[in-house]
Amino acid sequence: MNFFDMLVFGIYPYIVSVIFFCGCLLRYDRNQYTWKAGSSQMLTSKNFRIGSNLFHIGIIMIFAGHFAGLVIPYEVWDWLGISLPAKQLIAMGVGGFFGVLCFIGMTILVYRRLFNPRVRASSSTMDTTILLLIYIQLILGIASIFVSTGHMDGHEMKNLMSWSRYLLTFRPAEAIEFIGEVHWIYRAHVFWGVTLFALFPFSRLVHIWSVPVKYVNRNYQVVRQK
Amino acid sequence: MSQFLDRLKYFKHIKGEFAAGHGVTTDESRGWEKGYRQRWQHDKIVRSTHGVNCTGSCSWKIYVKDGLVTWETQQTDYPRTRPDLPNHEPRGCPRGASYSWYIYSANRLKYPKVRKRLVKLWRQAKLKHRDPVLAWASIVEDPAKTKEYKQQRGLGGFVRADWNEVNEIIAASNVYTAKTYGPDRITGFSPIPAMSMVSYAAGARYLSLIGGNCLSFYDWYCDLPPASPQVWGEQTDVPESADWYNSNYIICWGSNVPQTRTPDAHFLTEVRYKGTKVIGITPDYSEVAKLTDQWLAPKQGTDAALAMAFGHVILKEFYVDKQVEYFTDYVRRYTDMPMLVILDEHEEGGYTQGRFLRASDLLDNLGQENNPEWKTIAIDEQSGELVSPNGSIGYRWGEEGKGKGKWNLKQQTGQDGQDVSLLLSLKEHHDDVVAVNFPYFGGREHEYGYFQHTSHEAVIPRKVPTKNLTLADGSKVKVACVFDLTLANYGVENGYKDQNCASDFDQDLPYTPAWQQAITGVKPEHVINVAREFADTAAKTKGRSMIIVGAGMNHWYNMDMNYRGLINMLIMCGCIGQSGGGWAHYVGQEKLRPQTGWTPLAFALDWQRPPRHMNGTSFFYNHSDQWRYEKLHMQEVISPLTNKDKWTGSIIDYNTRAERMGWLPSAPQLGTNPLNLCKEAEEKGMDPKDYAVQQLKSGDLEFACLDPDNPQNYPRNMFIWRSNLLGSSGKGHEYMLRHLLGTKHGLLGKDLGEEGAEKPEDVKWNDEAPEGKVDLLVTLDFRMSTTCLYSDIVLPTATWYEKDDLNTSDMHPFIHPLSKAVDPVWESRSDWDIFKGVAKRFSELSEGHLGVEKDLVTIPMQHDSPGELAQPFGIKAWWKGECDLVPGKTAPNMVVVERDYPNTYARFTSLGPLLDKLGNGGKGISWNTQTEVNFLGELNQRHIKDGANKGRPKIETAIDAAEVILSLAPETNGQVAVKAWEALGAITGIDHTHLARPKEEEKIRFRDIVAQPRKIISSPTWSGLEDEHVSYNAGYTNVHELIPWRTITGRQQFYQDHEWMRDFGEMHCLYKPPVNLKTIRPVLNQLGNGNKELVLNWITPHQKWGIHSTYSDNLLMLTLSRGGPIVWLSETDAAAASIEDNDWIEVFNVNGAIAARAVVSQRVPEGMSMMYHAQERVVNIPGSETTGTRGGIHNSVTRAVMKPTHMIGGYAQQSYGFNYYGTVGCNRDEFVVVRKMSKIDWLDDDSTDALDAQMNEQEK
Repeated sequence: MNFFDMLVFGIYPYIVSVIFFCGCLLRYDRNQYTWKAGSSQMLTSKNFRIGSNLFHIGIIMIFAGHFAGLVIPYEVWDWLGISLPAKQLIAMGVGGFFGVLCFIGMTILVYRRLFNPRVRASSSTMDTTILLLIYIQLILGIASIFVSTGHMDGHEMKNLMSWSRYLLTFRPAEAIEFIGEVHWIYRAHVFWGVTLFALFPFSRLVHIWSVPVKYVNRNYQVVRQK
Repeated sequence: MSQFLDRLKYFKHIKGEFAAGHGVTTDESRGWEKGYRQRWQHDKIVRSTHGVNCTGSCSWKIYVKDGLVTWETQQTDYPRTRPDLPNHEPRGCPRGASYSWYIYSANRLKYPKVRKRLVKLWRQAKLKHRDPVLAWASIVEDPAKTKEYKQQRGLGGFVRADWNEVNEIIAASNVYTAKTYGPDRITGFSPIPAMSMVSYAAGARYLSLIGGNCLSFYDWYCDLPPASPQVWGEQTDVPESADWYNSNYIICWGSNVPQTRTPDAHFLTEVRYKGTKVIGITPDYSEVAKLTDQWLAPKQGTDAALAMAFGHVILKEFYVDKQVEYFTDYVRRYTDMPMLVILDEHEEGGYTQGRFLRASDLLDNLGQENNPEWKTIAIDEQSGELVSPNGSIGYRWGEEGKGKGKWNLKQQTGQDGQDVSLLLSLKEHHDDVVAVNFPYFGGREHEYGYFQHTSHEAVIPRKVPTKNLTLADGSKVKVACVFDLTLANYGVENGYKDQNCASDFDQDLPYTPAWQQAITGVKPEHVINVAREFADTAAKTKGRSMIIVGAGMNHWYNMDMNYRGLINMLIMCGCIGQSGGGWAHYVGQEKLRPQTGWTPLAFALDWQRPPRHMNGTSFFYNHSDQWRYEKLHMQEVISPLTNKDKWTGSIIDYNTRAERMGWLPSAPQLGTNPLNLCKEAEEKGMDPKDYAVQQLKSGDLEFACLDPDNPQNYPRNMFIWRSNLLGSSGKGHEYMLRHLLGTKHGLLGKDLGEEGAEKPEDVKWNDEAPEGKVDLLVTLDFRMSTTCLYSDIVLPTATWYEKDDLNTSDMHPFIHPLSKAVDPVWESRSDWDIFKGVAKRFSELSEGHLGVEKDLVTIPMQHDSPGELAQPFGIKAWWKGECDLVPGKTAPNMVVVERDYPNTYARFTSLGPLLDKLGNGGKGISWNTQTEVNFLGELNQRHIKDGANKGRPKIETAIDAAEVILSLAPETNGQVAVKAWEALGAITGIDHTHLARPKEEEKIRFRDIVAQPRKIISSPTWSGLEDEHVSYNAGYTNVHELIPWRTITGRQQFYQDHEWMRDFGEMHCLYKPPVNLKTIRPVLNQLGNGNKELVLNWITPHQKWGIHSTYSDNLLMLTLSRGGPIVWLSETDAAAASIEDNDWIEVFNVNGAIAARAVVSQRVPEGMSMMYHAQERVVNIPGSETTGTRGGIHNSVTRAVMKPTHMIGGYAQQSYGFNYYGTVGCNRDEFVVVRKMSKIDWLDDDSTDALDAQMNEQEK
């Protein structure tokens, strides 16, 4: 057992998840007025609509893809008749497509945040940090697609899926066995991704919890009972 | 408990349904409400009000928590009214209730700000020059430097500065300007003192001490109805809103009571429960229409035609077909109807109407030694003799001995005090019946065919009974009574079988109900019915018929006709001066109740007199070079009976003639620095006045108005406070941007030079138009208004909840405080403190540059002073050699004023000695006020340190200033009221003191009104009474105390006899159509964007979601409205140009362009477009497609156009008075092109930011 792997891929994710859940809970309970997306659209709307939409469409699809890959057990895919190589191909294609959309959108947003004086002046450190971290994570993710082309049989992907399966079922010792051998770029991507969860409660990312889904079919009037 | 745990019950929180499932009830935690509950908690309540020009003057409770203003609600503790009258409450409106939003909003000005480029130049200059005045000189004497900051005006770029630095810049520029160009090159604009009189006084006192100009606003806003001075010699005096409740018939004519007079509207609805009939007359279906029993919708701008038809019906049915004793008695006593007018023979046959017959025309002046030229003549019914009845203006001034005390409306002769009954008509006593030629303007064609004309002749002869007279000079003339001329003017057949007068309402002759239909579109039977009911009610109730009128009708070029039309109706029916009757003209808060207490404070009359006043309209017309684009020729608008050769030249030529003849004021005054002029005179050992006269006569010196584009005559420094000049009232907005400020503008037209058109005759034309005449524009405001954006220095003032001040309105008789609920937030200061600070720095910096200086001030002949009798006959130009230049007689008066510049601050903060010496007064009377000055010394304490103000009462704080006003004014100090009535009684010969005796010991102090609003005391400054038995109503003391109106006849005038009035055909009221401003043709279908273009009339009423110059950028109001600029269009017009509701449209003409959203509504009649007033250019305005600059404000498509009849001076009621008479900035004759926009450009690229970033780089 490699201690470094254990620390980073076995223990760190648990620490992060505690920060993530407790942090969000506390912030939601104690600081309701800070629970917001913090849009800067009113400061300048130039290229904002295109950038923000591309980013959001891309990132939501990528998030869905990762959920499908890392949380849904591969037996389910087997049962659906989707083989491992086929799944990898779908992941690379769909992930790549939305990754590029997201990349274009983020490039616009990053440029805007850094170089528009009005937006920059009103950005907190965390606003800029979280944006840049996601940007790096996205680039790592896209880069991993090129690595994946070197082994189209899907076993690397299965390793990563196994890591997450064992980790989610509280068996870190087994989990890290699967991640020790994968390409460094995947390891970096995983580490960076876990880190994002650690920063999540302290940033504007909390708005993800509050996607106003129910607004779509909400009754016209909601009032409190006497 | 926990926000999160509550969320876990998400699927269980629905407890019930209602409205068929559209609504649900839940049992979610109410913990979140705590935030709101805390938001509305408070520690204390403070009384204040809003210093807006809305006439509300409502008392409000301001709630304060932890030193922060949390909210406001209406106060309900007004003193109760009488048993037969509803109480005043509730007063206030949603706009007032939203005010506290401003205090902590992002729009609030928190720190002094300076234009970055200017402050950079300043700091560099200060490194080179220790003396700030020299530093300022080094900037403004270098055109490259001034251009650098001037062209940035309006384009952002403010940086925070500290008070010391901004005060130093302002003081240095003022010292430099006064020294180099003259103190009259420094100007201030602040409107409506009644909104917050101490704040107004702060700036005006500073400017008056240093010799700067204060600009008038009432005329510039176009709220001043010149008809009122013409008819009554009164600026404006109106009933309070409670008096509506005493009325039995009300016409709401162009006044949208529920929308623009919200806190008063309850009296209108309440009186309807008494059975009072209410008629609405508005061109659009405005909110008031739904409160009325009948709605008439004349085409906008044609109200005079409707009023003439109403008058026609009243005259025929109540004066000719039958006589009503109340009416005939009223017009005999209180109007000029019995007065005789000389008829002049006309070259083309018949007669024209001349001037009033005067005592001086008659043998031995009819026994009058004093002012016989100013005593009008009538015939005594009994004896048939010519008499000079009491009350004409000649009796007001200079009477001695037995002539004294005859300026009253007793039915007596001035010669011997015999009782008389004046003969109203010559019908039974005539020598002849002759044809008098009446001008007719209704046949003039409109340039776009929008306003309809009729086919009647331009000159209509009508038969009038006359008497033959032989005058003192032996000439034989015919004279006629105003009454007979009035009947003929209205086209009423009076038994002379006149084919041009109507015996039947159906005849199509001017001015029958049938005639007006073609012009106004109103059905004749409605006209007949309303006129009949109106007059019949007045006849039965002795004058309880009322017309509530808004300024909209006054915003047309021929505003006088609209207004005189309805005023005539009221006078014919004896409604003026009677409870429940009269002319209820409400436009703004012009009623500064404690006026005579305020004027010494505001204009520093306690230290030096006279102050420099200037009429705003002429000032802005001249200095924003709107005259360089003038296309309206006077020959197009004068009477067909007038010789056209007499009326050549441009409008500005007439203005300069009026200035040189002493009719209108000037700013700057003379073409040289008046301080230097006095020095030169001293060197030559001459009196400065004689020296100036000599120089003017020789031509070595000229009036500044003759060359407004000469750098010597630029208005170099400007202060704007309590106003949003550039975002609201600035007619000709784009002209101001270009010429006054020298920055980016959206002008689309060419000037007369570029067009090769005829140029002014008297005024010097420079081919190169000046840009950026103002060196330093300083604005005081509490919010970043449009005006602030264009200023060089922006000073943050206290809001209405952060300062102590006074506020009054014409809508109710109470005086209100503004009081300090919290200290001014951030670094803001009250206006009083700001100007005090500037005065202090100015005094320090003037050392070494300005000392005790002599300043020659020119002043026009003033109304309510003996100067109003200057020019009884004819118009003579001294510069053409037609008469000698006699200051105060044929030219402006000239007075040497001594200014002590280094002691400006000492004078500012103390009550000066002139009050002890000269007393106090106003409106033609004065009294000794030593008691009050002594009292103020005790109350405010005295200055004890050595200096220019040692021993004088202190005026250090705003409350000190308020106490000065309250102590000196008769309205708030009973003893002074008694003195004032005594002073008036000496002139009228009647004891009026009984009006104030019961309140003699009543003294209203600042803390009293903070405790509860107080009703003011009756004073001769006003023509109504404040007592326990009648509501305030204008003209009440004229009718009931027999105090004359301040006109030539001393009576209400149907007839105007000044030569220029006659040249314009306005001796009587008649219908004049809107004028042709020619602003469309050069741009119509020239700047196409592919969409269809409409030509519409441009109307700019006051709004529902904003009041006057404030409020429209308030988030709450924007939320209730559409959140940005809107223009209303009719459905028909919109459909024709494929415009749908909420489309972006562009509105433009040669004056500029506006981008706004369309509101398509059935409310609006075809051919009209409406943009609510003062929608700031800071909220949601994209770029215009035609100008490429940001879309503009409602005044971007207007330009002021002046009327020479408003320039008349030195002629009784037609004499200048600050905000009393003068040119009026009309704007409703304007047409615009409207089309859908194809590309919306928000102009929000980063170029300006980049520009600033670049400057940052350079600085590093």
